[in-house]
Amino acid sequence: MRRVAVTGAGAVSALGVDLASFWSALKAGRPGIGPIRAVDCSTFKFSHGAEVPGFDPLRYFDEKTAGQLDRSVQFAGAAAAEAIADSGIVLVPDRTAVITGCALGGKPTEDDTYRQLYAENRTRFDPMSIPKVMTNASASRVSMHHGITGPCYTVSTACASAAHAIGQAFWMVRSGLVDAAVAGGTEAPVTLGMLRAWEAMRVVAPDTCRPFSRDRRGLILGEGAAFLVLEDLEAAMARGARVHAEICGFGMSSDAGHLTAPSADGAARAMTAALRDSGLDTAQVGYVNAHGTGTSANDATETRAIRAVFAVPPLVSSTKSMHGHALGASPALEAVATVLALRDGVLPPTANFTEPDPACDLDVIPNQARQVQVEAALSNSFAFGGLNAVLAFRRYP
Amino acid sequence: MPENVANRVIRIITKTQKFADGRVTESSTFKELGIDSLDGLNILFAIEEEFGLNVPDDAAMEFKSVPEVVAGVERLLADKQV
Repeated sequence: MRRVAVTGAGAVSALGVDLASFWSALKAGRPGIGPIRAVDCSTFKFSHGAEVPGFDPLRYFDEKTAGQLDRSVQFAGAAAAEAIADSGIVLVPDRTAVITGCALGGKPTEDDTYRQLYAENRTRFDPMSIPKVMTNASASRVSMHHGITGPCYTVSTACASAAHAIGQAFWMVRSGLVDAAVAGGTEAPVTLGMLRAWEAMRVVAPDTCRPFSRDRRGLILGEGAAFLVLEDLEAAMARGARVHAEICGFGMSSDAGHLTAPSADGAARAMTAALRDSGLDTAQVGYVNAHGTGTSANDATETRAIRAVFAVPPLVSSTKSMHGHALGASPALEAVATVLALRDGVLPPTANFTEPDPACDLDVIPNQARQVQVEAALSNSFAFGGLNAVLAFRRYP
Repeated sequence: MPENVANRVIRIITKTQKFADGRVTESSTFKELGIDSLDGLNILFAIEEEFGLNVPDDAAMEFKSVPEVVAGVERLLADKQV
């Protein structure tokens, strides 16, 4: 089987509209969390989110095209274009796949349309409403804009969406079904309806996200998109591409348990499956980019899962403390963080950390990045509905 | 003098398609303007708003050029006044 290189990356996040700003903020331990601007949250139990600052669609699309794309699709278009440019690849249209992850689809368009319907009693609506809200709009946009004609679809598995997408893309390239893939995820959930729905779940922190801290109070909702370009390692070498890292394993599992309560067993089985798929030994894994939502249940459960898989736990951090929880896009943002950590020998920290929790007895790299060149790393994603997906990466060369 | 129907139609097409002024004329066809089916829906939507009309689907199917839109709108406006 082929080895698979990550040769391109792109990110639009609360840390900025491009990869450079994303990575520099992560290395500095600087969160992109602040008061929510898109929605008036004065009557909410929480007030903070991780919104993309200063995203101007007209920087990426002409006026007409921008109007045909939901905010979530605009993010995807920008991040995928950045990843493809970063890779320098000349895409062979029918030998390339596009696989995107998205939990919710075009929520900003949907929310605005429902407001017109229920609050304004309008009877006429934007004819583009349907193609703007469909969850696969991002995959279609990337395919159409870049002329990619191979397999193209969207995976929707809540907060693991982009991990399932990247994992399948990896397997497609590894097996030879395609030679390259553009894979990632996008999400734009900062709408009145979505925020109220999340508020009702009582899992959003009132101020900020403190994964693994004793005083953690929940997650912080984020938005954005991230994409990777994956290609056959030998082809990448032949064209003299810069390889950020190698993607070498993918594991999945289902808890078949509770709809929202996490399971250490399910999470551990996904990590074990990724390790087995990669051929890595646990001792080679020096870092885990945790799911690390900052909820009481996730972080303690994930700690138990990591301890169940690793006799000696590796270093662990949650970058959600900085880019927030961008739902279906989170695994893609975290995959990018993991790849760059391997490339540069810098492990991003868990920001906003205050005090250790005995239930999370791991080295979570509190607040300050660590200069450590690890050999391999995992990126964990666990979704509501009990669906777990773990990606494994290896330093290259 | 109030703007006539043709000028209003030209203005709407120019605006919804983000065209430069002068590109759309009284005889333009959608084909020569590069207007596809989705663009056509957007134009229809804006026409309905502008003229306070509800354009039936079979009438909308005939909108393939500026003169056809103008004729259709004038007919619907006349029906409305009866």
